[in-house]
Amino acid sequence: MNARLIPFLGFLLLLALLGFGVWWSGTHDMRAVPSPLIGKPAPAFSLPLLGQPQATFGSRELAGKPYLLNVFASWCIACRDEHPILMREGKRLGVTLVGFNYKDEPADATRWLAQFGNPYDVVIADRPGDVAIDFGVTGAPETFLVDAQGIVRYKYISPITPEVIATELLPRIAALQKEAR
Amino acid sequence: MMNARRASPRLRRLAAVAGVLFALVHVVALAGVDPLPFRDRAEEQRFQNLTRQLRCLVCQNESLNDSSAPLAADLRRDVFEQMQAGRSDDEIKAWLTARYSEFVLYDPPLRGGTWMLWFGPLLALAAGGAAVFVVVRRRAERVAAVPVRNDADGEDDW
Repeated sequence: MNARLIPFLGFLLLLALLGFGVWWSGTHDMRAVPSPLIGKPAPAFSLPLLGQPQATFGSRELAGKPYLLNVFASWCIACRDEHPILMREGKRLGVTLVGFNYKDEPADATRWLAQFGNPYDVVIADRPGDVAIDFGVTGAPETFLVDAQGIVRYKYISPITPEVIATELLPRIAALQKEAR
Repeated sequence: MMNARRASPRLRRLAAVAGVLFALVHVVALAGVDPLPFRDRAEEQRFQNLTRQLRCLVCQNESLNDSSAPLAADLRRDVFEQMQAGRSDDEIKAWLTARYSEFVLYDPPLRGGTWMLWFGPLLALAAGGAAVFVVVRRRAERVAAVPVRNDADGEDDW
C-alpha cells in the first residue's frame, strides 16, 4: 500500500468519528440525565395533597400497586404540551396516575388544573422541592414508572408523547401486570 | 464659586440617587446567588470549591456554584446543610450521585467505562507524536543519504 495514503486514511477515520458524533447527538437526548434510581426503590415520601395541605399522601399509600408519577408545574411551558395527552391517554394506562406538583404556588396549580382539566388520580405538592431532589428530578415534565414493590422501573424526561406511551410506557405497564399475575 | 455652591445640594441629591442605584444593582446581582450563613472563611472556601466541581442539572454547562437556576439553589442549600451536619465532600458527592448519577460530577471517577475519557486525549497525543517522530526520522534518513552540498549563499535548500 502506498505510504502516502496513511494520512488520508487517518483523516477519513477522524471524519467517520465526527459523523458518528453528529449522528449520536441527533438520535440521543444529550441533556437527559441518566437516572441512577432505575431498578432501585423509589424514595419514601409523604407530601401534602394539592388543595388539602393538612392531608398527606405518599409512598405508604401507594405501596402494593404500580403507579406513574408525573412531575408538572403551572410555570412549566412544556407541561402544557404534555397535558392534553395525559388527559386523553391517562385513564387507559391502567396504573394510578400521580400528579407531582413541583415547586409551584398551590393556587396557581389548582387554577392550572381547573383550566386545562385534571388527568391525575391524586395530586401531591412538593413546594420546597426536597422530595423531587430525592427522585433526582431535574425539571418538569418528568415521569417515573414505579412498580407494586416500590421499585423505579423507568424514567422519562421531557413531555410524554403518544409514541412514548405506545412504545415505552404501555409495554412496561403490561409487563408489570403480567408479573403481578 | 457661586455656581458650584448653588449646584451642590443638587449634586448631593444626584450622588444619593446614584448610591441607591449602585446598591440596587448589587442586590440584583447577588439575587442569583443566595447568601448562606457560613461559619468562617474556611468553610465558605470549602463550599465554593465543592460546588465548583458539581454540575448544575438545569444549565448543564454551569457549575452548581455559578448557576442561578432554582434547582441549583436548592442543591446548594442541601450541600450547605450537609456540610453543617459534618459530612465529608465525598459523602456529599455520593449523596448527589445516588440521585443524579455521575453526571453531576465534573470530574468523572476513573473506572472501566471512563478510562477512554481520561486517557483518550493522551492516547491521541501519543499517536500524533509517534506519527511525527516516524515522519521526521524518515526524512532525516533521506536527507542524510543525500551528500551535503556546499551552497555558497548558505540558504536552506528544501
